[in-house]
Amino acid sequence: MLRRSVLGLAAALAVAATSAFAEGTIKVGAIAPKTGPLAGGAVVTQWPNVRLWVEQVNARGGLNVGGEMMTIELIEYDDKTNPGEHIKLAQRLAEQDKVDFVVAPYGTGFNIATAPIYGRYGYPMIAVSAITDKADELTERYDNLFFTLGTTTAFVDGVKEILVEQREAGAIGNKIAMVNVADAFGIELADLAREIFTAEGFELVYDKSYPLGTPDLSPIMKGAKASGAKAFVAWSYPPDSFGLAEQAIIEDLDVNLYYSAVATSFPAFKGAYGNKINNVLGAGGTNVDDPKIAEYRKAHKDITGDTADYWASANTYASLQILEQAIVGAATLDRNVVTQYIKDNSFDTVMGTLSFENQVSHTYWSVGQWQDGVFRGVKGSNVDGAVPVRTKAGWSE
Amino acid sequence: MIDILVSGLLLSGTYALVAMGLNLQYGVARIMNLANGEVLVLGALASFWLYSTAQVSPLLTAILVIPVSFIGNWLIYRFLLTPLVRRSKSKGALEVDSILATFGMSFIIIGVMVSIEGGFFAYKYLSIPISIIGSTTSLSRLVAFLVAAAIGLALYLWLNHSRTGVAVRAVSVSTEASGLVGINVPRISALAFALGGAITVVGGALISTFITLDASIGVVFTLKALIIVIMGGVGDIRGAIVAAVILGLVETAVATLIDPGLTLAAAYFIFVLILLFRPQGLFGKAPA
Repeated sequence: MLRRSVLGLAAALAVAATSAFAEGTIKVGAIAPKTGPLAGGAVVTQWPNVRLWVEQVNARGGLNVGGEMMTIELIEYDDKTNPGEHIKLAQRLAEQDKVDFVVAPYGTGFNIATAPIYGRYGYPMIAVSAITDKADELTERYDNLFFTLGTTTAFVDGVKEILVEQREAGAIGNKIAMVNVADAFGIELADLAREIFTAEGFELVYDKSYPLGTPDLSPIMKGAKASGAKAFVAWSYPPDSFGLAEQAIIEDLDVNLYYSAVATSFPAFKGAYGNKINNVLGAGGTNVDDPKIAEYRKAHKDITGDTADYWASANTYASLQILEQAIVGAATLDRNVVTQYIKDNSFDTVMGTLSFENQVSHTYWSVGQWQDGVFRGVKGSNVDGAVPVRTKAGWSE
Repeated sequence: MIDILVSGLLLSGTYALVAMGLNLQYGVARIMNLANGEVLVLGALASFWLYSTAQVSPLLTAILVIPVSFIGNWLIYRFLLTPLVRRSKSKGALEVDSILATFGMSFIIIGVMVSIEGGFFAYKYLSIPISIIGSTTSLSRLVAFLVAAAIGLALYLWLNHSRTGVAVRAVSVSTEASGLVGINVPRISALAFALGGAITVVGGALISTFITLDASIGVVFTLKALIIVIMGGVGDIRGAIVAAVILGLVETAVATLIDPGLTLAAAYFIFVLILLFRPQGLFGKAPA
């Protein structure tokens, strides 16, 4: 009820805004979870960057579109982590709010599910929080869809490279304990990892899945510990990435390599466990020493009040910079022209110079590591500043 | 084996905290509270927020939230749910109405919580390894278990050995008959609802010390609570505790001996068995 009245109010305001500022504004629509299972991730990675970008662009006086300075008007909706809801709202953005551009959804499934509806209205979608091996197939089908955060294989390969290096260095031996969350994301990564790791001659001495939202992960950690493996890999989601680290600390899991996937790069991860998680590996990474990244992180903190995560936050911001530069470069709000501009040009972003090859950008981090309070990139594609991997030694402060 | 026993019992403590409140609310006040999980997460949010802004110990928070939640739930029952109770012609009608009303309420609570903290309630308290008869676990889980046991025992004694407790049990058996013998049914129902809410919030405050929650996760707990309450028998506190223990032990045993992926399946399998062979629940009374 409350939600509906808030939406109603927002809609009323939007209508009022249209009539008042019909000239000189670009309407940008953003739909992503504020509630539901993916909300915890979206409020860290997606929403703050959308707001940061809009605020910064408007503070600069807007975008120069063919000589006219146009400010951005943001229209945001909560999809409640429900694809059906998202599609309904996307239609609303296009038909009622008549937005000029959209921010791509949060989550792999959401980007794939909504590509047809956004495509029908010609919106370019620069997807960030979407990782899939089907990128080429999808971009062939959807002319408007762009990928920027890498593929499933790239993520598994990043971990594999580290495992191989650590084995050669004598740190981990040949045995791996691997667990995964039993949903599409975890299963896809674990299936691929099983194949890639065994092809490298590793032995998976513990290989189990657990349901999303398992309240007690201690049997899993006890099992992994009993397996005697010196390397632990978890294809996990929040909140299990937190829960697994918690149990690893409690059980004093004796490994020299510990990896957990999504949310390991969140500042809250360190907030919860302090220096106990030093040298923990996770999906993502960033190069905090890069002046552009440092400047971006400072602005993120100053304007949104929160520390940016050490992975897809920068990519999300970069995707908005691409949209911005494409609108300015194409000097029009014509979506087809802007989409073509994105395909044909390269863009100067916080992630460096980005360009698309068959609508896929190959500049991203795949693995990072907590090193003395900062989550640094250790493996990536076309990125500078990767630091050497360190060995995990115990879970004390 | 000892690992299974220790971890399983500690997990049962968590489950009991989740379900005891709902048992009172559903069993006595006859409100099928679908916002139970959200109320639990409110306790977790209070704990997280006070700990991260003012370093208040979650144990202290757990005590502080009792009066707040008791009064809050009392008001909810008095002003939001009493009209439903009055106009409902049968128990079934009240159930449907209360499900719809509390389902709506759950969204309001989620909205409020998201506006306070949209991300994860990530903090750790008493995350210290301890050893119980050779099995490692964390102090926070033990504390939650002990509090659950204390609440369960106190409730049991209160329900069986005090005048008000007997009245509460009478209302849970029959509202009409209790009214006839001079029990103030609306008052006892409000008391049970408020007390149930208070227990749930305490549970949330403690659970958040070892499980990372967010504003939207309440429904997971509502479902678990529902299973436990129905398994144990509506309105019987012993039933809820026994069901929580069964669920905790079975889930841990399955995760350790077979596969962690099958814990949910095992929980629902037992649920289905009980529904098939003892639909009134372990301690429930068969309908006359």
